[in-house]
Amino acid sequence: MSELPRRIGGLVLVLVALALPLVLSDFWLQTGLFVMATAIGAVGLTLLVGVAGQLSLGHAAFAGIGAYVYTWSTGESTTTVSGAGLPPVVGLVLAAAVSALVGAAFSPVAGRLRGIYLGLATLGLVFIVRHLLVNLDQWTGGFTGRSVESFALGGFSFSNKDPDYLAVAGVEFEGLHRLWYLFLVLTLVGCWLAGNLRSGRTGRAWANVRDSETAAAAMGIGVARAKASVFVVSSAYAGVAGAMLALAYGRIAPDVFGLTASVDFLVMIVLGGLGSVGGAVVGALFVTALPLVLAEYSGSLPFLAAPGSGGLDPATTARMVYGLAIIAVLLFLRGGLAGAARRLRHRTSRTSPPSPAGPAPHDPISTDDVGRPAAVTPSRSKETTR
Amino acid sequence: MSYFLEQVLNGLSYGLVLSLIAAGFAIVFTSTGVLNFAHGSIVLFGAYLVAVLHPTIGFWPALLVAMAGCALVGVAINALLVRHLADKNAGTAAILMLGVDIVLLTELTRRIGNKVLTLGAPWGASVVRFGDVSLPTGRVVAAGLTVVAFAALWYLFSRTDLGVGMRAAAADGPTASLMGIRLSRTAATGWALAGVLAAVAGVFLTSFPAPGVAPTVALSAFAAIPAWVLGGFDSVPGAVVGGLIIGLTSALVTGYESDLAGVVGTGFGEVAPYVVMIVVLLVRPSGLLGSKEAVRV
Repeated sequence: MSELPRRIGGLVLVLVALALPLVLSDFWLQTGLFVMATAIGAVGLTLLVGVAGQLSLGHAAFAGIGAYVYTWSTGESTTTVSGAGLPPVVGLVLAAAVSALVGAAFSPVAGRLRGIYLGLATLGLVFIVRHLLVNLDQWTGGFTGRSVESFALGGFSFSNKDPDYLAVAGVEFEGLHRLWYLFLVLTLVGCWLAGNLRSGRTGRAWANVRDSETAAAAMGIGVARAKASVFVVSSAYAGVAGAMLALAYGRIAPDVFGLTASVDFLVMIVLGGLGSVGGAVVGALFVTALPLVLAEYSGSLPFLAAPGSGGLDPATTARMVYGLAIIAVLLFLRGGLAGAARRLRHRTSRTSPPSPAGPAPHDPISTDDVGRPAAVTPSRSKETTR
Repeated sequence: MSYFLEQVLNGLSYGLVLSLIAAGFAIVFTSTGVLNFAHGSIVLFGAYLVAVLHPTIGFWPALLVAMAGCALVGVAINALLVRHLADKNAGTAAILMLGVDIVLLTELTRRIGNKVLTLGAPWGASVVRFGDVSLPTGRVVAAGLTVVAFAALWYLFSRTDLGVGMRAAAADGPTASLMGIRLSRTAATGWALAGVLAAVAGVFLTSFPAPGVAPTVALSAFAAIPAWVLGGFDSVPGAVVGGLIIGLTSALVTGYESDLAGVVGTGFGEVAPYVVMIVVLLVRPSGLLGSKEAVRV
């Protein structure tokens, strides 16, 4: 697979994303904002879980920290809640920095534990952070939450005001349209950084720790340090994702960042394929958009019932679908959607005519990704040995 | 003083219920190496079965059916899903169980809806008095049954071929297999045992003073995870010790909430188990009674 078609494909995708606000309705724009925000979080988590092999159930806790740091630092003080009134850009940087710092503070735990043990420790983080968010109500607004100041960059506001009227090609650009471009830039930068980290020296060290801590230590990698560093990086991603979620919601409450949200992040990266940046984005698209789209179109989908009636309401259906999807991916689709796409590319580029779609008639465990027996090719490439 | 004693007894009896769930985590983990995130849903499933069946067949038969049902669900999860994982390691198995948990919990939540189902337990909301200390009857029954359950577990693991086989399989799977122990059978037994314990725990987790069977029960069963981690990942006696400590901690923190609120805020009782867990993982990663994991180079 040469690099060129990939690059062209990526460029086309970016151009499409740039043009979309011209045609999409407000509902789809809002959905897009949520997708991009969760995609950033998922990319951070795929570095931790997929590349470095450390399970985390606490990702939503860091997203919550980021969201509240942004909201507090940019908000104005009122009679009920305090705020620092800083510029939004500073707030965004602070959101990432504070999340990363909390991740670093957790590194004595993160560096010593591994795999599922770390997953259990981070499970506690979700509950502790939620408890703090509810109880520190002079900063967070307590259980009911607080509203979020809109983003602005040097006098240009990413809301419906300042400038009051802005039109591109005859389409009025309101807050949602403006935020779309801000989020697009953040998502692209986040993915690009993650891709570089993953394929660079740091990422190879992380992958080494995942495959064998003993071997990694023997090769001179500081294992505890590597585990702590990937935890900090993924926390920073979660912080940015949290700030973006806060901007997309406009109002945040502690329950948004509960265990369910953490599990959702994990579902995204497993569906997309552990360790794959593009897969994480696709997973975020699926998991975030599905319940929103089902709810929006529930009137025209006859099998959906009204919420609370005991039938299949949109939220229940969406959870059912991605619960089953994750089981199916883990049982049948090694490497998630990204792995499947890779196998498909390999097959179409090496055999002509391309074999019909469908799984190769090989045992998925004892063969490598192009369908040859693993014993024949002992040195599988790093990317395909998830 | 009697208030303090009441909190302690409350905590210990609640802790015994938690230790039933924690033992389920430990048994599944030692027999198949799976971190069973769906265990909370299985606990809820057991309570749900009892709530649905007790009007027609009575409470105790319903409990027996629930025990069998939960055991069956566990065995099915192991046979149909865990054994067929494309990429077998503890991490993907844990994520698989999260997927199973989503499906089970969503379905149970849909069936229960906004209702709080009653359990029809014969002890109802009655209270037992010891001098000036009172304790819900359900908790006393729970403590008694838990002791019986753990005695049975001890007998199984130390006196029967099956239990000894399970211990051998946990200690060294390949060697045990060479000695003629069927690993598929020990694994299935482990999942079934965990299911039985989950059903019993589910009943006591939802009877008085709890309001009844509601989807949140699956989350309160999560409080057993700190108990399991505290005791050590592979130790059933550890699960009992861990359960008691966690039960005591959360009962005391909740009982003295008004005195503690200035320091830790309200509702700390739900969080305290996780704080204890993180501290334990920090100073003693293999728990109080767990075996240290040796790394061979």
